[in-house]
Amino acid sequence: MSKSNVVLLDHWVSPYAMRVRIALWEKGVDFESKQQDLSNKSELLLRSNPIYKKAPVLLHDDKPLCESLIIVGYIDEVWPSPPLLPSSSYERATARFWADFIDKKFAEAATKLWRSARSTEELEAAKKEFFETLKQLEEFLGEKDYFGGENFGLVDLALIPFWSWFSAYEKFGGFKIESPKLYAWMQRCMERESVAKALPAQEKVLEFVCTLRKILGFDQ
Amino acid sequence: MASEKEVKLLDFWVSPFGVRTRIALEEKEVEYEYKEEKNLNLGEKSELLLKSNPVHKKIPVLIHHDKPICESLIIVQYIDEVFPSKTPILPSDPYARALARFWADFVDKKISQYALRVWKLKKGEELEETKKELVENLRTLEAELGEKKYFGGEDFGLVDIAFVPFTSWFYSFQAFDLLSVEDEFPKLAAWGKRCIERKSVAKSLSEPKKLYEFLSARRKVLGVE
Repeated sequence: MSKSNVVLLDHWVSPYAMRVRIALWEKGVDFESKQQDLSNKSELLLRSNPIYKKAPVLLHDDKPLCESLIIVGYIDEVWPSPPLLPSSSYERATARFWADFIDKKFAEAATKLWRSARSTEELEAAKKEFFETLKQLEEFLGEKDYFGGENFGLVDLALIPFWSWFSAYEKFGGFKIESPKLYAWMQRCMERESVAKALPAQEKVLEFVCTLRKILGFDQ
Repeated sequence: MASEKEVKLLDFWVSPFGVRTRIALEEKEVEYEYKEEKNLNLGEKSELLLKSNPVHKKIPVLIHHDKPICESLIIVQYIDEVFPSKTPILPSDPYARALARFWADFVDKKISQYALRVWKLKKGEELEETKKELVENLRTLEAELGEKKYFGGEDFGLVDIAFVPFTSWFYSFQAFDLLSVEDEFPKLAAWGKRCIERKSVAKSLSEPKKLYEFLSARRKVLGVE
């Protein structure tokens, strides 16, 4: 497959874009990454994602796909090996459920920590929510190597990008994340080439978040 | 064909998310046991619901061979995979599937939260904002439908299933003086009428007048009227 067939409208710090990069590298698909300036959105981005105007967007033979989990589902179907979803329908539904949980509950709680909690009460509520979702994820992980069981899969891919944001969560949340189980899982994922390549260093993400918070009017 | 005991649905008649799963089951002609969470609007949840969906504690929950599946769009896709038939809910082409998932997700992200909130708001800024979002997003959805018979084209599919339950709410939107879908979105209104010609939809939709009575009563309690 020629590189230009698969183009990713990308953003280095977006966990959602990281998911797509991981999926493409897991499948050994060559692609061209086009970094997007989200403060000055390109014609191509606005044309490819007129509804949400966000990255990531995958362009496959110029056909746009939006929303990271939908993109990953597409990648898994077009390039089936190695599979990101299990073969049993029930296990697939379970994987989709937890990927959706990560989006609806975990990511939202995490974002509140650095982006919207402006008072002490709001921050305390955000912290409580964050730890609750983390606990639920830990419970689901249990003693497994990966969320998918023996193999790295959709749920692992959906969650691991947020690891690069943990320094930012800890700093602005004012806590330390103590979870040996999750930590071991994260280390396991980071040993994969696709993940190590896709995730920026935590310090870089922290720097980015600090700058963004100043722009948003926090931390004057 | 699944025997009645094999498939159970925990639901609440008002829920558009529950209606989605009922339509999917009917489309596949699956026999199932319907279990109403009778006092859900009073905040009461059954043991079975709490056991089957400990994470979200919400309906609908499909229980198949005693294994629970949660989240309506995930349930619908599961039904499509497990009970194949002449009428697939998702197309076979990966790109078409991705588009279907995108638009079903759009209904969840951009329509449902406003549709399910607009009727309970008192006059004021929040109501105006919510109406504005709902109208804008319905416009986008109608543009996506265009001149097609269904959202998927010739075939009734995932996006139709995702949105058609909300057509029961159009009557209430009009009665509460919030929005006339018939006037503002004639293509969506016509599509709704086409959908209801399908047995699966006619059987599953919440009855609009019954829903209106339910919502009216809730509005009184909330002090909206």
